[in-house]
Amino acid sequence: MKARLDESTIALRAAREFPDGAVVNLGYGMPGLCANLVPGGRAVYFQSENGMLGYGNLAADEAKDYEMINASDQPVVALPGMCFFDSAASFDMIRGGHIDIVVLGAYQVSEKGDLANWGRPGRPATGMGGGMDLAVGAKRVIVTMLHTTKKGEPRVVKRCTYPITARHCVSLIVTDLAVIEVTGEGLVLREIAPGWTPAEVQDLTEARLMPADDLTEVTL
Amino acid sequence: MAVNKVMASCDEAVADIFDGATVMVGGFGSFGGLPVNLIAALSRLGVKNLTLIANMGGVGLELSKRIKPGGYQDLGILFEKGQVRKFIGSVPALGGMPPTSPLERQHKEGKVEIEIVPQGTLAERIRCGGGGLGGFYTPVGVGTVVEEGKEKKVIGDREYILELPLTADFALIKAHRADHLGNLVYHGTARCFNPVMAAAAGVTIVEVDELVPAGLLDPETVVTPHIFVNRIVEVSR
Repeated sequence: MKARLDESTIALRAAREFPDGAVVNLGYGMPGLCANLVPGGRAVYFQSENGMLGYGNLAADEAKDYEMINASDQPVVALPGMCFFDSAASFDMIRGGHIDIVVLGAYQVSEKGDLANWGRPGRPATGMGGGMDLAVGAKRVIVTMLHTTKKGEPRVVKRCTYPITARHCVSLIVTDLAVIEVTGEGLVLREIAPGWTPAEVQDLTEARLMPADDLTEVTL
Repeated sequence: MAVNKVMASCDEAVADIFDGATVMVGGFGSFGGLPVNLIAALSRLGVKNLTLIANMGGVGLELSKRIKPGGYQDLGILFEKGQVRKFIGSVPALGGMPPTSPLERQHKEGKVEIEIVPQGTLAERIRCGGGGLGGFYTPVGVGTVVEEGKEKKVIGDREYILELPLTADFALIKAHRADHLGNLVYHGTARCFNPVMAAAAGVTIVEVDELVPAGLLDPETVVTPHIFVNRIVEVSR
C-alpha cells in the first residue's frame, strides 16, 4: 500500500489557502485542525458558528475552558480583539457573505461542485448543523476529506448519491491523495500526493480529472 | 413594586410546564450555554409529549465521555425518559458518533419525530417568532431535501425558500449573570441560541451563575433586556 497524506497534512495544505486577513470558518472534524496550522506571518480571523470571531489555537489540556469552544466542541484559546455574539448574528455573517473561506468535511463532492456532507444511509437522525448555511454563504468553500471510503469507494463522484448540502458550491477539494480545483470545465488535478501518478488517482476517482499542465506534488 | 422573578429552585421554576408543551432549550447543544440544571428539573417533573426546539438533540451521558473527559449532561436525559414526542433542530444526532444517542434510539423505534432545520434557519425562525415576523426567504436549503413542501421565490437572480417563525410555550436558557429585573449577560460561547430563544417563548426561564441587584450590570453590556425574561434561578457552577 502506498502512503497517503495524514489528516494533519491535509489540514496543513488547506490552511495554505488562507490569505492574510481572511475571515475563515472551520467545519466539524478534520477542518478544525486548520486552526493550529495557519502559515507563519499571516493573520486569520476564525469565525465559529456558535458565536465567536477571532479565536486562536486549540487549547492545551491545562487551559481548557468549556465556555470557549469551537463548533466541533473543542476548547480554543482567546486572542486579543476577539468577540462573541448570538447564533442569529453568527448566521447573518455566514449567509450574508461576510466569511471569506469555509473549510468543510464531506462524504461526497460531485464534478459540478455539489457537496454532500451531512446525511448517510442508515442514519436518518443526523443533521446538517450549520453546513448548509456555510456552503451557501461563504465566498469560497474548501473541502477536506479522505479520497475514498473505508471500503475503497470514490468520494469524488459524477453525481452525489448522499443527501445534498448545497449545489455548485465547492471551489477546492483537498484529500489524502490530491488537490483538485472545481472549474466550469470540470475537475482539474492541481497537486498529487508524493509517489502517486495521475492515473492511479483517477482509478480511485469516479469523476474525470483533468491533470493541470503545471501539476505538482502536494506543496505545504 | 416590580414582579418578583427570582425562584428558589429549578424545580419551582419549571413546575407549570405541562404535558404536550413546546419547549425551547438554549445553548449550542453540548456544554457551555445549555441550562443543564433546568433540564434536570424538567426530567424530574416527568411531563411527556414535549416538543423540543434546540440546536442539538444531545448525545447522552455515555457518548458524551468521548467528547469531554468525565462526560456531561445534555438533552439526552429527556429522550431516555421518553418525555419527548418531537424534536426540531439542526443536529438531532451527531454523524461522527455511534448511532446510540438516546434521541437516535428513540427515533429508530418510532417514538420521536424529528424536523431537521439548518442551523442559521433555526436561529432566524426563532428570531422571527420573537420579533413578530411572519417568516423570511433564505437561499439555504435550495436544491436539497430542506426545500420540500416550501414556497420558492426568485428574488433578483437568486432562488429562495420561505421559512416560517418558531415560538414556544417555554424557553429554558442559560446566562452568566442576571440582575433582579432579568437583564442578562453571557460568558464566551455560552451565548449561542440563548438570546434569540429568550424573546420567542411565552415564559422564559433562565438559570444563571450569579444574580446581582439591579444597577450592578453595565447597561452598555446587557445582551438580553429584562422584558424577555420571566423567571430567574441562581445555580452554583
